[in-house]
Amino acid sequence: MNEMTITNAQYNQLDGNNISIQAAIDGVQMSVPLCEGNRHYDEIMRQVEAGTLTIQEAE
Amino acid sequence: MSTLKVNTIQDTTGNDALTIDSSGNVTASQGFVPSTQLSHRNLIINGAMQVAQRGTSFNSTSGFLYTADRWRRYFQSSTGAFSTSVDSDAPAGFEKSLKLTVTTTQSTLTASEQYWVSQAVEAQNMSQLNMGTSDAVTSTLSFWVKSSVAGDYAVMFGSSGSTRQYVSMYTINSANTWEYKTITIAGETTGTWATGTSIGMNVRFSVGVGTDFHTTSEDTWLTSYKLSTNAQTNLMATSGATFQITGVQLEVGSVATPFEHRSYGEELARCQRYYQKPINNQEFQAVASRAGTGWVFFQVPTAVPMRTEPSLTLSGTVDITSEGNIGTFGTVINWGFNDVGCLLIGTGATISIASAYNGTVYCQNTVNLSFDAEL
Repeated sequence: MNEMTITNAQYNQLDGNNISIQAAIDGVQMSVPLCEGNRHYDEIMRQVEAGTLTIQEAE
Repeated sequence: MSTLKVNTIQDTTGNDALTIDSSGNVTASQGFVPSTQLSHRNLIINGAMQVAQRGTSFNSTSGFLYTADRWRRYFQSSTGAFSTSVDSDAPAGFEKSLKLTVTTTQSTLTASEQYWVSQAVEAQNMSQLNMGTSDAVTSTLSFWVKSSVAGDYAVMFGSSGSTRQYVSMYTINSANTWEYKTITIAGETTGTWATGTSIGMNVRFSVGVGTDFHTTSEDTWLTSYKLSTNAQTNLMATSGATFQITGVQLEVGSVATPFEHRSYGEELARCQRYYQKPINNQEFQAVASRAGTGWVFFQVPTAVPMRTEPSLTLSGTVDITSEGNIGTFGTVINWGFNDVGCLLIGTGATISIASAYNGTVYCQNTVNLSFDAEL
């Protein structure tokens, strides 16, 4: 089961490098670090691997 | 049963080791070496429900939700729901309890439904249990519980990844009465148990469990995810039913010792390893350390080092001043962290920012910033 409802996931960039992910998690806008062990990041990547979530590239 | 009446116990060379006065007070004249810890016994954080940084009243929307600090509730049901609150009703010696209140009933649970409140113990904080080794030791859970529905309830102890589970049942004898319960858990010598900063063990109190998660094997270690026996009371069947817990303590040994009360400040600091609100509707300012087109770096200090790099949630508008101009950021995002704070980036500034800028980031008292590094 999905631990969180995640929508509108998009990378944040600085100087052309992805530095974090912006997403609405359970209805709350969050900035999520690219850090294994962070529960939000782990769940985002789990849902990406499961094919149920796509992270948009930074604009 | 026999009784020994003495006022002094000496060692073999005649030195006093223990003296007992007429009131029964015992003094150890020499060293005293207990077999279990005298302090820092409790593996549970915020067991007395003192700390509630996220608030004291929580919605009844299905899914996972952190409530009082370190305590997470869950249900994913077809109809039933409960709300959660931090309540001032508590047994003697305590000020708070965590309370579940049924807001939508479900008289019959479907097989895959589960309703519970849980705490995850960080793996490196329970290394003294030696789980998964031949040195695994017995531990004991003690807690106060009160429910409007008397009956049998379950506590589950489970490893990360649900590869090892231990279900134990207890009985609430009288409705609406605080009762003290203890459960002894055998050490588990097999299985893979996490180490370091990840989840070591979940301690889970159930109030409704579907048949998928029932076991017939109580008080033994299992290899699949189970929450209770079929004796589990379905709290969700009763409109307005309540379930409260406090004074939760998990410790090494087969005997429950008195609850280890900690000061609010100490308990708060422990909680802040997992969640904190460095800007909580209070004015705040920081020096901007580096700047580019429309953005600056600034650091927000953390009260204690966090478990891992946290997620950031911000509400309110963050101001930026540059060369006498005042503007706002469109977005604040995280960039990095260290043991003393999080390095953030304010982007989309509404004013021009000098590239070699040293200026001020300012939050009025309407800004709320939280860092989440929960398990």
